[in-house]
Amino acid sequence: MSLDLFFQYLFAGLTYGAIYAIVAIGFNIIYNTTGIINFAQGEFVMLGGMISISLMEFIPLGYAIAAAVLVTMGIGAVIEILFIRWLESPSVLRMIIITIGISILLRESALHIWGESIRSLPYFYGNEITTFNLGSVHISPQVVWVIAACAVMMAGLSLFFKSTPIGREMRACAANRTAALLCGINTRNMVTLSFMLSAGIGALAGCVMSPITYTQYDSGASLAIKGFTVAILGGLGNSLAAVAAGVLLGIIEAFSVTVVPLAFQDAIAIAILLLILFVKPHGIFGSSEAARLKDF
Amino acid sequence: MRTRKNFSLAALCLATVGLHLLTVATGTQFYLTQLTMAAYYGLVVIGLGVLMGYAGQISIGHAGFFAIGGYLAAALTTRNLLPFQDAPPVRILDSLGLLVSGQDIYGEALLTVTPWAAGGLAVAAAALVALVIGVPVLKLKGHYLAMATLGFGTIVYRLLLASPYFGEADGIAEVPAFVLLPDLAGFGPVVVSGGADHRVLNFYVAWGTLILGMALLLNLIGSRVGRALRSLHSSEEAAEASGIATAGCKLQVFVLSAVYAAVAGVLLTHFNGGIGPSEASVMKSVRYVALVAVGGMTNLWGTLIMGVGLTFLSLRGVFGAHDDMVFGVILIAVMLFAPQGILSLRLKELARRLVPGGRA
Repeated sequence: MSLDLFFQYLFAGLTYGAIYAIVAIGFNIIYNTTGIINFAQGEFVMLGGMISISLMEFIPLGYAIAAAVLVTMGIGAVIEILFIRWLESPSVLRMIIITIGISILLRESALHIWGESIRSLPYFYGNEITTFNLGSVHISPQVVWVIAACAVMMAGLSLFFKSTPIGREMRACAANRTAALLCGINTRNMVTLSFMLSAGIGALAGCVMSPITYTQYDSGASLAIKGFTVAILGGLGNSLAAVAAGVLLGIIEAFSVTVVPLAFQDAIAIAILLLILFVKPHGIFGSSEAARLKDF
Repeated sequence: MRTRKNFSLAALCLATVGLHLLTVATGTQFYLTQLTMAAYYGLVVIGLGVLMGYAGQISIGHAGFFAIGGYLAAALTTRNLLPFQDAPPVRILDSLGLLVSGQDIYGEALLTVTPWAAGGLAVAAAALVALVIGVPVLKLKGHYLAMATLGFGTIVYRLLLASPYFGEADGIAEVPAFVLLPDLAGFGPVVVSGGADHRVLNFYVAWGTLILGMALLLNLIGSRVGRALRSLHSSEEAAEASGIATAGCKLQVFVLSAVYAAVAGVLLTHFNGGIGPSEASVMKSVRYVALVAVGGMTNLWGTLIMGVGLTFLSLRGVFGAHDDMVFGVILIAVMLFAPQGILSLRLKELARRLVPGGRA
């Protein structure tokens, strides 16, 4: 493999890795405040892409994306209030099945609203064939958008969790829900908020990736599995590690194309997931002691 | 307990005959086709029901086992082995008398595995996969277990879609009829195939298989193993402390439920004359989970009734374009309002009197 080709694969891996990382962070936010893995996380990504594509007909790209993120956040809040808020300490099995049901509902609704056609947002800058050269490597400007969105989101989230009162309340909720409740924090509102936040993050990911990966009503499911793989790989609940893990998975996937046919690419990502679950279920960056204390 | 179980099974036999007579009386024999298919799907669902309800282990990958059974049976009975007839495995099969020669639709010579051998190999393969996968997977709990089984199902789906041997997106068609029994008593052979003249026969074969499967499971959950399983569901630590080999128990039930799914896959594939990749999709696996949930996790009879009933309605196209949506809504509604299953709601008292084994 020539050096140019190597860097080309590396950038493809970085791009997908950033996308997976954003999905994984969505998982982490809800997991941290509720202990729930939201199986509908991939559908938030799909919804973000679809809504922004529809809104593009009426308003400019930037506003369409902002509106799509807000609408998806609203959907996230409604879902939490309708299906999760009023349950008294439900079992893990029950929550798994409910969130799977929610993912089916969202996916089928999308099918009825937008049909089976594959859509995409236009490239934010230039078009499909616009590239700029880094040495002898060609990079699409959209790749920069994706990686920048991931970086900004990470910075924004860590600022939000560290420096704002609401962010601190959410972290308290994640550390110990009962103790947070005793300190006068409305933990139920925090859960709703975490669903909104994670829906918004997913939707933004769906928007920036749409020009590259396209959006279809059922594109959420495989993203969810990969996002979960990344979340586990980094250790559930650890968002910074999720970025590293996401990039790792993206790069492995990108280079796997040189060894096995493209059709098996998804199978490889999942095989990695199974392998990690079997060998080191607390993630490569997580500690086994912390994992044992968690609610599984 | 035992008499009640036998009574219920006898009632199921009577209901089977009753269903047949009902379609004859109302002139709706064409329902028998969907009833036959529903019975095979019912077999998958009750197998999964024991795994979820009694062993307490969720599996969102059972369509994978169904597909392993169905696809292997289909491939072995349709793919031509003539080019490989000198390869050692083919020779061994030949010397055992497990190969048949025939002609394909273009009149070319065809050498394939007999349906019995193919079905046996397919079910054995599913059991083996379940065993190999089950050892590490069943160590996981909660979300990890759900995701791992979901991952397994997705891998099977992706591999089928990517393999030319399994027909990629087209699946496998032209699967021959499965002669279960030769012509013994002069009534003609017992054949699993989709032909209109075999419709009634296939209805009874399918429901007979379902009743047999149900009887086996009822015996299992009433036995020492069944009691061990139930203790496992409520508290694994307590079960372990009472001297139950929890890992072995879980693995046995996992393999058993995989075998149920594979048997259903083999028979339904021969009945339909083909199989497509949608049978291995995640949505199918989720649907099986939904049916178990609706029936009530620890209520095998409820699982059977809901599994066969809802599958029949779905196959008849009652839910139209909203088919998957309906199952999603059912899944959420049941889990929100009646986590013990629909039959536990108003029929609780009735269920307790009529249904053995149900803890309603």
